[in-house]
Amino acid sequence: MTGSGPLEAGNSSNMKVRLACPECDLLHENQKIKTGHSSYCRRCGAILFRGQKDSLDRTLAYACTGLVFFLLANISPILVFKMRGNLSANQLVDGALAFLSSGYWPLGILVLFASVIAPLMVLCFLVSILLPLKYHRLPIFPEWQIRTLLALRPWAMAEIFVIGIMVAFVKLRDFADVGIGGSLVGIICMVSAMVLAFLSLDHRELWKRLEELKK
Amino acid sequence: MKVRALTAKNAGLIACESCHKLIDKGHSKTNEPICPRCNASVSQRKKDSLNRTWALLVSALVLYIPANLFPIMTLISFGKESKETILSGIHQLFVSGQWVIAIVVLFASVFVPIFKIIALSFLVISIHVGMSWQPVLRTRLYRFVEWIGRWSMIDIFMISVLIALVKLKELATVEAGPGAMAFAAVVILTMFASKAFDPRLIWDRLEGEDNGQ
Repeated sequence: MTGSGPLEAGNSSNMKVRLACPECDLLHENQKIKTGHSSYCRRCGAILFRGQKDSLDRTLAYACTGLVFFLLANISPILVFKMRGNLSANQLVDGALAFLSSGYWPLGILVLFASVIAPLMVLCFLVSILLPLKYHRLPIFPEWQIRTLLALRPWAMAEIFVIGIMVAFVKLRDFADVGIGGSLVGIICMVSAMVLAFLSLDHRELWKRLEELKK
Repeated sequence: MKVRALTAKNAGLIACESCHKLIDKGHSKTNEPICPRCNASVSQRKKDSLNRTWALLVSALVLYIPANLFPIMTLISFGKESKETILSGIHQLFVSGQWVIAIVVLFASVFVPIFKIIALSFLVISIHVGMSWQPVLRTRLYRFVEWIGRWSMIDIFMISVLIALVKLKELATVEAGPGAMAFAAVVILTMFASKAFDPRLIWDRLEGEDNGQ
């Protein structure tokens, strides 16, 4: 645990306070922390930032990996369903399309957004922010991209989609022959890469690099 | 002597919710201050946090009823229709011996939405009455609610997989039901409700401040 506080009011003038806890608003001094350690709020325990070695490079690598696996997730079927010699299979976008064509279009839009569009956009934004930064160039509309990325993050539900696929698989297995398609592996790898990308992203470092480049 | 903790608000600073930059309140002359670093509009506390949280919670609670009464999907096989609600789906998983998956779905589709509505209502009420009990625990409760909320979407994704996969005309077809729509609305409304709630209000009341914006 690093970070100072609770501080007494009145001492603020001679202290270099730089960070407020996002969950309880307590001010913290911006201290240097060891790489690989995270910083937490002294009062409520909220995470203030993650200190990660080569944070931005790692995130960029994970995001690129995620994009490759996203493509793989769209090539082959997720599940294959067999019944009396008949076969049917589904792909990543098929669930959303089935909702759209069955009259439940709000669900179609929701599923399409949460399982396809938002994860793809999150990965694309990560690459389009971090790749130019790596070569000391300013990304296009960096502020807008970062804000959109953070707003999109909770709606990128690919990890929940994976559990949904597993539940569907178990439910159908009682009833008919179900096989797992290659796409499922692709989706699971994409989800893992996306989670790792966010875990290694140090927002402080990101803004520091951006502000240095703007000068 | 009780020392007032130095928060950004006490120091006359605004913490940007998007990029966490601290902004001097005096610098901005307009009513809608904008973060100089990330251009997000900023305020010391989320606007109308409690009222918005209440509105979203009540809507979610109302929709929770049709979400459980109406079928979330229908399986048609050889002309025979079997409708499935959230609870009957879980029951079926238990009957067929899929304990692990049944418990996961039971948590995600039944316990989590109820827990979220109760927990957020408790948090909002605790601020209305100026409770000073266990602020750390209440902040942790909020953090947990915010983290777990998305996982209720499992059932919706399960239905989306089934309706896309099981379409062998007379042999077997799965169709979505109106319950799915209501259930998805419950999940989304509670996600917005937890986003609308400002956990910093828990700590403001502790210091005896008003939370007027």
